Amino acid sequence: MAEVLRKVKPKAQPSEISRNLRAAYARAWVRVKATKKEPLWAIAEITIPLISVGAYVFLYRALNAPPSFASFVVIGGTVIAFWANVLWNMSAQFYWEKETGNLEMYFVAPISTMAVLLGMALGGIINTSTRALSILIIGSYVFQAPLHLSDPIAALIVFILTIISLYALGMLFASLFMLYGREAWHTANLLQEPVYFFSGFFFPITGNRFFPFAIQVAASLIPLTVGLDAIRRVLVLGAGLNQIPLHVLGLVAFVSVLLPLSKKGLDFMERLAKKEGRLTLRWQ
Amino acid sequence: MPELSIETVDLTRTFKGPSNTTVKALDRVNIRVNQGEIFGLLGPNGAGKTTLIKILTTLLLPTEGDAYVAGFHVVKQASELRSFINLVSGGETPGYGILTTRENLWFFSQLYGLPRSIANLRIKELMDKLQFAEYASTRMHKLSSGYKQRLNLARGFINDPKVLFLDEPTLGLDVLSAKNLRQFVKDWVRNDTEKTLLLTTHYMAEAEEMCDRVAIIDQGKIVALDTPESLKNKLERRRTVKLEVRGSSSKFGDLKQFSGVLGVSQSQDIQSEISTLKVLVEDESVISEVISRISQSGSKVISVSKTEPTLEDVYISLVGRGFEESEAQSTTQ
Ligand SMILES: Nc1ncnc2c1ncn2[C@@H]1O[C@H](COP(=O)(O)OP(=O)(O)OP(=O)(O)O)[C@@H](O)[C@H]1O
Ligand SMILES: [Mg+2]
Repeated sequence: MAEVLRKVKPKAQPSEISRNLRAAYARAWVRVKATKKEPLWAIAEITIPLISVGAYVFLYRALNAPPSFASFVVIGGTVIAFWANVLWNMSAQFYWEKETGNLEMYFVAPISTMAVLLGMALGGIINTSTRALSILIIGSYVFQAPLHLSDPIAALIVFILTIISLYALGMLFASLFMLYGREAWHTANLLQEPVYFFSGFFFPITGNRFFPFAIQVAASLIPLTVGLDAIRRVLVLGAGLNQIPLHVLGLVAFVSVLLPLSKKGLDFMERLAKKEGRLTLRWQ
Repeated sequence: MPELSIETVDLTRTFKGPSNTTVKALDRVNIRVNQGEIFGLLGPNGAGKTTLIKILTTLLLPTEGDAYVAGFHVVKQASELRSFINLVSGGETPGYGILTTRENLWFFSQLYGLPRSIANLRIKELMDKLQFAEYASTRMHKLSSGYKQRLNLARGFINDPKVLFLDEPTLGLDVLSAKNLRQFVKDWVRNDTEKTLLLTTHYMAEAEEMCDRVAIIDQGKIVALDTPESLKNKLERRRTVKLEVRGSSSKFGDLKQFSGVLGVSQSQDIQSEISTLKVLVEDESVISEVISRISQSGSKVISVSKTEPTLEDVYISLVGRGFEESEAQSTTQ
């Protein structure tokens, strides 16, 4: 055994960066691999949002709303897929990882837990993108929702910024919930509906008459709200980047605050866990 | 002078216990383990074995004291240290159930940044040596617990660590698998002078068979530390007498009150209603008194035999009670 292990020794210890990149890649790979093995899940995750999208589209039609409302709703359904993924597969993830003993293995290994989080996010984005795209394409076709693709670059930039800021928020949640047990799961549950509501998944939030200004401001503290609004302006109202500078700035600000914050949160929680002996579930 | 691989200096760890009590899981522990050594930590439930391992593997901070592994301080140089160690906890199965055995090992190899070609060679080698190559493409959640344990052990070798920590590696394994596993681990240390193994166990026989040196730990304190041989030699003048007793199910802990009786352990066979008492005596002359005492209590002594001292006897002489009893105590607490 040992002879063989010696033969297959790398020439040098892999560098810190290469270790962390490999770890992030491997963690993302686990996500993608797992989805491939459970194709039924993916189908459910496309169908269920499409059904709620359909419900709203018919509601707006009954109210004689303009056809652009259907487009709003389809885009909402597309981005919902990401939000659900952030909540369920980021925020509550460390709880499961703790239960299996994986969390300890991450901490024993010579990598930063940020790499693991990054991998989780990356895998989540890859998985969810295919689902979200299916929702967008099927939804806009079935519900005849008109979309502007006059400025695809703007659409792409806004979209990417939105996704990054969502997952950055997910990373922050994941680190904050690292020490929690099942509560993390409940919190995710708790956050799902109100955020759907306030971020305006199925109806526009900003610039409307229904929500008081204060709520509109508060809602835009959720990156989801800003991102969603920006995507809708580009894809439905045909806006270019120059027409939504505040949105873009806001999203960039979210990312540049959330990422370092989640690193800080992670370091803090890691230290606390090691101080209090709370890396495993055994003593909870 | 062999190089030091593990060193602890007055290592102490306390936990908050129930209702504002504090539990001293480790109390000024000082151990020094050399490179090339298989070092055992032996002690009953709650003795502090896992706590010590967690501190040495950077998973837990000490409350006081210092510890070094492979030349690195476990707190101040934790991230440098981690490339050189690995940990296997028996009874746990880290990994992803939906991935196959091989995929899981590949995943863990990536946490150490192994290039693909090296990772694949190692995975193949480990699966062959630990005899689960036939399950390479089986999803982890379909494996029996024994095979999960092998996978878990293989994971511990994936980075070819310098210092390996095994926390009750054979927990729940059948006799044959446990034996194979012990042999595998022993070979790994013996074939490379730079390797060190620290293992915890409750199984006396396991410690005796595997370890170069053993530390006996009880309630957070090291109560003895030596080779299994010399620990036993210290008992040479003393004798362990094994008594089989039938009849009442009374406890014979009070036999310790006899001067000359150093310790007593008792285990009961539920089916035959026969209790086996192991009495550690300073001098054999006290045995007749012990026997008459047992008869007075209404039980019948059906056999008396002398035994070679084992590590369990060492434990009894140090702690005054047997392993099973300490465990019964700590579970009824
Ligand atoms: N995270 C924790 N929080 C609170 N108390 C703890 C924690 N970890 C361990 N303890 C306590 O510290 C003591 C030592 O526990 P430890 O797990 O180290 O024992 P052990 O020797 O490994 O026992 P076992 O044989 O059962 O594995 C016990 O009293 C235990 O209750
Ligand atoms: Mg333990």
